[in-house]
Amino acid sequence: MSDVLILNGRLVDPVSGIDDERDLLLRHGRVTAIEMPGGLRFAKAKDTIDAAGMVVAPGLVDVHVHLREPGQTYKESIATGTAAAAAGGFTSVVAMPNTVPVNDSVASLKWMQDAARGAVVKLFAMPAATFGSMGEEITDYHELRDAGAVGFTDDGKPVLETRVMRAALVAAAGIGVPISQHAEDTRLTGGCSMNAGPVAFRLGLRGMSVEAEAKIVERDIGLLRDIERHDGLRPHLHVQHVSTARAMDAIRKAKREGLHVTCEVAPHHFTLTDEAIGEYDTNAKMNPPLRAEADRVAMIAGLMDGTVDCIATDHAPHALFEKEQEFERAPNGITGLETALGLALRVLHKGEGMPISRVIELMSAQPAEIVSLDGRGRLSAGSFADLVVFDPAAEWSFEVKKTRSKSKNTPFDGAPMLGRVVATISEGRIVFKG
Amino acid sequence: MKKSEYAGGSLLTVADLTVDEVAAILAAAGSLETMHPVERARMLAGRRVALLFYESSTRTRTSFELAAKSLGATTTLVSDKSSSIEKGESLKDTGLTLRALGAECIILRHPNSGAPYLLAKSTGLPVLNAGDGMHEHPSQALLDARTMLTRLPGIPAGRVHAKTLEGVTVVITGDILHSRVARSNAMLLPRLGARVLLCGPVPLLPEHALGLGSGVEIERDFDKALKRAGSSGKGVVMMLRIQRERVVGLELDLADYIARYQLNEERLAACAPNALVMHPGPMIRGLEIAGEVADGPNSAIEDQVRHGLFIRMALLVRALGAGEFESVTV
Repeated sequence: MSDVLILNGRLVDPVSGIDDERDLLLRHGRVTAIEMPGGLRFAKAKDTIDAAGMVVAPGLVDVHVHLREPGQTYKESIATGTAAAAAGGFTSVVAMPNTVPVNDSVASLKWMQDAARGAVVKLFAMPAATFGSMGEEITDYHELRDAGAVGFTDDGKPVLETRVMRAALVAAAGIGVPISQHAEDTRLTGGCSMNAGPVAFRLGLRGMSVEAEAKIVERDIGLLRDIERHDGLRPHLHVQHVSTARAMDAIRKAKREGLHVTCEVAPHHFTLTDEAIGEYDTNAKMNPPLRAEADRVAMIAGLMDGTVDCIATDHAPHALFEKEQEFERAPNGITGLETALGLALRVLHKGEGMPISRVIELMSAQPAEIVSLDGRGRLSAGSFADLVVFDPAAEWSFEVKKTRSKSKNTPFDGAPMLGRVVATISEGRIVFKG
Repeated sequence: MKKSEYAGGSLLTVADLTVDEVAAILAAAGSLETMHPVERARMLAGRRVALLFYESSTRTRTSFELAAKSLGATTTLVSDKSSSIEKGESLKDTGLTLRALGAECIILRHPNSGAPYLLAKSTGLPVLNAGDGMHEHPSQALLDARTMLTRLPGIPAGRVHAKTLEGVTVVITGDILHSRVARSNAMLLPRLGARVLLCGPVPLLPEHALGLGSGVEIERDFDKALKRAGSSGKGVVMMLRIQRERVVGLELDLADYIARYQLNEERLAACAPNALVMHPGPMIRGLEIAGEVADGPNSAIEDQVRHGLFIRMALLVRALGAGEFESVTV
């Protein structure tokens, strides 16, 4: 068995509260010992990692990725997408269901999770909240949950019909998983390709309003309240990729009220604004779009004050020919797995003074909790040996030509990063070495 | 994307032009106008220009085509109907095909904002933006500037500079939101010293329009805007068509719109009797503009079309590096 010793590192484990030097022994895919420095000097292992000067943290967890398999493997595959995840320090990813065909059945869920797909890190999935993600009839949540579903979503599309969204929240509450909602009132965003505002006006592009996002978030929060009151259930709403100050405020208030709402923010939404579109750069086109500076600042405020539960990438690979189109015709989305940690450390830790342990918590412990990943997102004896080892002081620039993803659609080519992954370990296997 | 990624001589947005470059284009248009036709026909003799039109057009297409032909260039027209574009060929591949066939410059009209950037980047050829979606129509703004320079009283002679249009108030009225002409003019004219007043109802003129730059204001009351233009002594009123083809889900009471925003004889006489009346066309008589005004003594509408020819000649000479553009940095 490929046992691994990690010596001399700074263990940062938000769940146990440890932020200090520790040595770790990994065996049979689990953490078997965590000792004070020198405590494992007689232990033997096939691989030993000298982590002096490095942070040793729980492997990162991304609750929002698009791996494009089945159906669109020219953009990405489960194997390449999870290889990119490993390079970014992620050991668990949650695949969205907008594959071709849509992942809305036990058969497709099992097919995705089959070892033959070649996932490099642990692959979880949120199947579709409704059949075909058509927003009409909810899928079989019990059956899918038993097959491993960690939540349900029609990501890319919202569940627009209030009646259907209510049914989804009630059904998911019964089995203790979240409904993850892409909050966009698509009745208000037809023909839109970026954020509404002065930049959109200048570029002559139709803009998505703040209301289009906020109204769905506000409606869904109203549904949580209504279901708690009338059905005696406690549904869990997870709001995907929050991008507007108004939606953030609604979530903050709902949390104070005690409703079970969680949310994620993507690195691009706390790093860039719609100015990054520049001269119609389709690699700065995604949905929700890059917003105004006030919204970006509100994302950071939400991350700092605890309103935001996790950072998620919304890794959305697209082929070059698809992005080499007129801005309005190019598909939405950017890759993000390999740039998330570097951006979070640069913008949140170095820029805003967020402690590293808090960055780790937002990228491991808390996302793991949202989708109830037992034994992941934490490092203690008995937990899965999912780890990332990174140099927290390394300043570097991301180079897209070195990406593990099949696609290169990122606005961060050449962008400065802080913190470099030197090793990623998934269930005791070293899956990436930097 | 940096400007340097595009071939010199491209014109994608008026924002890329320095005031000095604007002056050089206007000066070149002037000398091309007075040049003997035989001499003119030697300017681009043997050069190849492609017109790539994804949208219908009367004025701009004919104007660019005649401009190229009178300079001696060979032109070819490719339109989205009756070409492989109908079969799904991308803009990039269409551009590369035209380049392989020997096109040295592409004039592009396209319904998507920003399409000229994509074409210029993928082909490396000089691209002239002949109107892209709701974004820009740079040659129109240049020909509008030339029309003002020749028709307004008291414009200083000589090379154009940052104060040439000082004291000029230009009211642009109507469907600003969907108008690439409005954007190009609102970004160009203030840099020559003019004040631009945008006028229209909120659904057609969002407050975000103020972000176009300094020297641009919003005045929603058309009579007030006209009076400001009228009292300046050098007033211009530019009327825009409501672009039904781009209006999405907008409820507009046309009778109310006409009452508030139509330029008719009574309104012009009462508010700005000496103002120059302009319209980029196509115009809908009886809607945004009364026929009597379009045909009246203040109208410069046909001048605009005529000046367009020389502006486009100048842009082609610049794009193909064939003329006296010593002061142009490309």
